[in-house]
Amino acid sequence: MAISIPVEHVLYLAALLFLLGLVGVLVRRNVIFLLMSLEVMMNAAGLAFVAAGAKWGQPDGQIMFMFILALAAAEVAVALGLVLQLSRRFETLDVDAADELSG
Amino acid sequence: MNADLVLFWVPAAIAVFSTALVITRKNASRALVYLVISLLAVAVVFFVLGAPFAAALEVVVYAGAIVVLFLFVVMMLNLGRSSVLREGGWLRPNMWVLPGILAFVLLIVMFHVFAGTQAKTAGTEVPPSAVGRALFGPYLLAVELAGFLLLAALVGAYHLGRRYLEERRAVVEGTGEGVDAGGDGGR
Repeated sequence: MAISIPVEHVLYLAALLFLLGLVGVLVRRNVIFLLMSLEVMMNAAGLAFVAAGAKWGQPDGQIMFMFILALAAAEVAVALGLVLQLSRRFETLDVDAADELSG
Repeated sequence: MNADLVLFWVPAAIAVFSTALVITRKNASRALVYLVISLLAVAVVFFVLGAPFAAALEVVVYAGAIVVLFLFVVMMLNLGRSSVLREGGWLRPNMWVLPGILAFVLLIVMFHVFAGTQAKTAGTEVPPSAVGRALFGPYLLAVELAGFLLLAALVGAYHLGRRYLEERRAVVEGTGEGVDAGGDGGR
């Protein structure tokens, strides 16, 4: 027998995880936590892709998930370099310390 | 039918619960442990959905590589504090007991998936071979573009991190005063 999970349930889960990540981005001001919340949101988007791929039995969903994975890896590498620069220049990890555009 | 939904919703509930813990922790390294649990739970969901390749990538790349990058940066920024006290803090039971319990529940779910009948995955399972054929067939151009993106990220991260490391070396050789960071810089 095969498990039959309605695709709506998986989309509920993806929406919940995305919402939690969004709340994290809006509430936290520590840049490490902002980046973690961004990862959670991208992971939720990938979950929606995989759910759609599983519904129609096509590999495209998993391929889109892999591209999201590559994107997340690239984003987190550059962003953590920026975190190092932030902590060097402002001696803090609060993103509000860098809210001015002057060099 | 009902037991199948349990197989899906148990890891789903663990994912939501541990993600909620991630965004409410004050200690960054503690939040990272819960982030690992959340990613493992989503990997189990992928497995139940019939996407084993995506599940493996979730564990290897997300929980294995990206979270370790985060951990490197958190540890790097913690250098200035009295590290002995912090090492002791990391080994306290409240650091790992709840994540351990959640991971154990995920392991039980995985055993149930494996102990079930042969085709215990949702509807149509998409095997890794199909994913690989599609990836290097119609999606070849996108794979090349992802390679460009990763190369650009590599160069950018090196450029951003190198100046930090030079500054850091000067600081360590000079006063020995580190950058205070890593805990809850927010409010």
